[in-house]
Amino acid sequence: MTLQEIINRVGAEVVLDNHQQEREVKYAFAADLMSDVLRLDASEVILITGLANPQVIRTAEMSDIPLILFVRGKGVTPEMIALAQESNISLLRCKQSMFKACGELYAAGLQPLY
Amino acid sequence: MEFTYHIEGGDFSRAGAASSEVKKILKQLNIDLAVIKRVVVALYEAEVNVVAHAHEGIMKITLAPDSIEAVIADKGPGIPDIALAMQEGYSTASPRVREMGFGAGMGLPNIKKNCDRLEIESTVNAGTTVKMTTFFTG
Ligand SMILES: Nc1ncnc2c1ncn2[C@@H]1O[C@H](COP(=O)(O)OP(=O)(O)OP(=O)(O)O)[C@@H](O)[C@H]1O
Ligand SMILES: [Mg+2]
Repeated sequence: MTLQEIINRVGAEVVLDNHQQEREVKYAFAADLMSDVLRLDASEVILITGLANPQVIRTAEMSDIPLILFVRGKGVTPEMIALAQESNISLLRCKQSMFKACGELYAAGLQPLY
Repeated sequence: MEFTYHIEGGDFSRAGAASSEVKKILKQLNIDLAVIKRVVVALYEAEVNVVAHAHEGIMKITLAPDSIEAVIADKGPGIPDIALAMQEGYSTASPRVREMGFGAGMGLPNIKKNCDRLEIESTVNAGTTVKMTTFFTG
């Protein structure tokens, strides 16, 4: 599905778009534990997380992950946005819980990595 | 080519800055993206370990045409039992480190997975030195 479809599905707000609305996304990975994200071999995923701090952006940067969806309306700081901008990472935010957002996106066809 | 970066212990807002600089350099050199990812994930794990567990450190990068060697040396508490620390799931991370999304005890095993050669030396109450080498071509 495209990023735009993900945005519609969970009612996400685009915090930083980086012109990736038409990007095709096939896989998702959900974690609050960055140690877990750093062990992924795959890069072409959307990271769904309830953790909002600069290390989430750094972790995505090192892992070549281009998209992050923050759940539960987590506050994204200007510092995080600046880091994401530098690495061409798009940031989305939705009010839904982790469970709801993952369930919606799974039902819509996003696939798990494992 | 050699580059050296400073790493501040405890400063989570800056953690990753050194690894990020190295990533930019490797990208300019047109290194294979999958290799860059392996290198910078290992560097970042080591950098976060200095921030999470030590007082301060340096990251020294030596670039050769066919390889990258990184030495991450810190002043800190040291690792009493390196074999134990290398085990998946072993962690002494503080609650604050866990709140930042780390402390699963997966960092050192992940460094091992993502580099070609790994040497760790540590002296208790003095510091730890992690040396990793990755070759650009198989
Ligand atoms: N630079 C260091 N100085 C002192 N102790 C360290 C250092 N690096 C690692 N350790 C010790 O080794 C343990 C295991 O490290 P490892 O990186 O595998 O896991 P972690 O840092 O605790 O969690 P994670 O890396 O999954 O976020 C740490 O909890 C700590 O006790
Ligand atoms: Mg670690």
